[in-house]
Amino acid sequence: MAEVKTTREVVMNRAAIAAVFVALIVMLTPIYWIASTAFKPRSLATTAPPTVFFEPTLTPFAKLFVRRSQMREPVDQETYDAAPWWEQLIYDDGESVVRNRRSGEITPSGYWDRYKNSLIISIISTFLAVSMGTLTAYGFSRFKVKGENDWLFFILSTRMLPPVVVAIPMFLMYRAVGLHDTHLGLIILYTAFNLSFSVWIMKGFIDEIPREYEEAALVDGYTRLQAFIKIVLPEALTGIAATAVFCFIIAWNEYAFALMMTNRNAQTAPPYIPSQVGSGLPDWSVIAAGAFLFLLPVAIFTFLLRNHLLRGMSFGAIRK
Amino acid sequence: MARIELNNIEKFFGSVQVLKNVSLTIEDGEFVVMLGQSGCGKTTMLRAIAGLETVSSGTITIDGREVQDLKAADRDIAFVFQSFSLYPHMTVEENIAFPLRAVRSSKADRVAEVKEVAKFLGIERLLPRRPSALSGGDMQRVAIGRALVRRPQALLMDEPIGALDAKLREQMRAEIKRLHIARNSTSVYVTHDQVEAMSLADRIVVMHDGVLQQVGAPNEVYLHPANLFVAQFVGSPVMNIADVAVEGSGTDALLRVGRSEGFRVPTATVSHLNGSPAKLGIRPEAVLLSREPGEGFETETTNVEPLGSHDIVDVRVGDETLRARCDSGFARGDGEKVWVTLDPARAHFFDAQTGQSLRRTA
Repeated sequence: MAEVKTTREVVMNRAAIAAVFVALIVMLTPIYWIASTAFKPRSLATTAPPTVFFEPTLTPFAKLFVRRSQMREPVDQETYDAAPWWEQLIYDDGESVVRNRRSGEITPSGYWDRYKNSLIISIISTFLAVSMGTLTAYGFSRFKVKGENDWLFFILSTRMLPPVVVAIPMFLMYRAVGLHDTHLGLIILYTAFNLSFSVWIMKGFIDEIPREYEEAALVDGYTRLQAFIKIVLPEALTGIAATAVFCFIIAWNEYAFALMMTNRNAQTAPPYIPSQVGSGLPDWSVIAAGAFLFLLPVAIFTFLLRNHLLRGMSFGAIRK
Repeated sequence: MARIELNNIEKFFGSVQVLKNVSLTIEDGEFVVMLGQSGCGKTTMLRAIAGLETVSSGTITIDGREVQDLKAADRDIAFVFQSFSLYPHMTVEENIAFPLRAVRSSKADRVAEVKEVAKFLGIERLLPRRPSALSGGDMQRVAIGRALVRRPQALLMDEPIGALDAKLREQMRAEIKRLHIARNSTSVYVTHDQVEAMSLADRIVVMHDGVLQQVGAPNEVYLHPANLFVAQFVGSPVMNIADVAVEGSGTDALLRVGRSEGFRVPTATVSHLNGSPAKLGIRPEAVLLSREPGEGFETETTNVEPLGSHDIVDVRVGDETLRARCDSGFARGDGEKVWVTLDPARAHFFDAQTGQSLRRTA
């Protein structure tokens, strides 16, 4: 950090710090809002002005995972005592868990299935996009490819129109080939979206790795594939981490295609969460709980890779 | 260790020919330095031997085995890069052991081999460190260690000390020489620094424009340059080159340099020129200056470069300037009167058109 000396610099420094704080408040307020609402009882979720101090409850999370119905009469004490803690929370709120008539099993709400779909589709598509992107970028970076620049431009051009433009033809094609509402369908779609991004970012990173590293390995008795695995991959880890975070975020947050291409089987969490607003009287704290849990994987993933990301962002600037 | 033979090597990059019919034999245990300006093809030549570059035509043999179509990994040679090229994600020990892991030698063998090489290079204490924590000289020692550990047939070095500072370069130069003598490894070394070439080589290969200009022992290249390029590339300060006309006959001939009065030399030293247009090449140490009137003719100094151990003094000779190497303190400044003469035994003559050396056939 630069040393602060003159009054002018002190003022500028303070102003910069203030600006960061303002930006932080603007960005964190919605997250705070969702997080606090997720722990509020239903009655406090929509008060105006918003309730700031309240006793946090896990009721919204308990409600999130099961199907519930309004109780016409209070539950009898014996059933209440026999119920697990989370079911008691739901009883407390005047609702009961919907059970299968014959087996007596609880009916899940569908949130967990959607969440699982989100995880499966995002993780697999991220893995595919990053691994294919890394290999492609390596090829472009290290070998003479005929029409290299044209190819790279073509790859980039797939990002140039808003994906939704092609949504209807994609929808029709997917229905025709039976990829509609399948995990594979969304995985292919998200991989294709992210691939161009992944190729370009990884090419930048791999270009920065000196060729001599591999050449040294080649002379030392390794094949090109071995050199790639033992030398290029470890060196490119930073770039791979950064690319993976971006690809994961894009796949995880994708809404439009998930809404259009799926309805039950492979539906991801983004179209599911808002769909709960429409079913009956919206229980905002349950929706907030769903959104809050939805935030976590990206936050955790990014947090785990933060060191790589920081290095990745300044890559090239400090390397030479 | 091995004998390397290059036969009629040609190499094109697109339409640009970077190696033109190069043939060269490097004997077993020999230290050959390829010397030339950047872009002369010397690095391409080295990379072709290593297998990092394919050749367009010609053959490369290592110990009688044709290798030009083999992969780098199958040629059993080692390569030291100018950029050291140590793997940053590995420790020094892992770096040196890396080539051994390619041949799947056992862990115990690896440890022992790495230890031995490290001891030989004096870098044992560095083994647990990462390359980023090393100084430039240590990095290159590690890089050389990585090259030697596999006991390759030949050691190829591409400006291995070019990235170091002057003092360290001198020290590493001595170390590389010691190493070569101790291991007696066939070594090919690429550099643009003629001092490095002179001090290290058994034989120097001077390259220019993809063509071998001269191959010979350092002294031979210095004393008998084959052409104008070699004459001007080897030696510091650069050899004086001037148009010359030879006049007179009998016992003494007159060497007229740059329309000057001319230097009187024995006819025997210039008789082979046959009056064809020639250029004179004379090293600064063969341009003799004197403060006393004597042989030669009077002129004046135009520039003095005091270098400590000696001075470089420029003098006007007709409309040419010759540089002379003098004892330090010989001239105090510009415009001093001096008498200049040449040592005819150390004068070189080159064909004015082809630049080829015109040597006495005696």
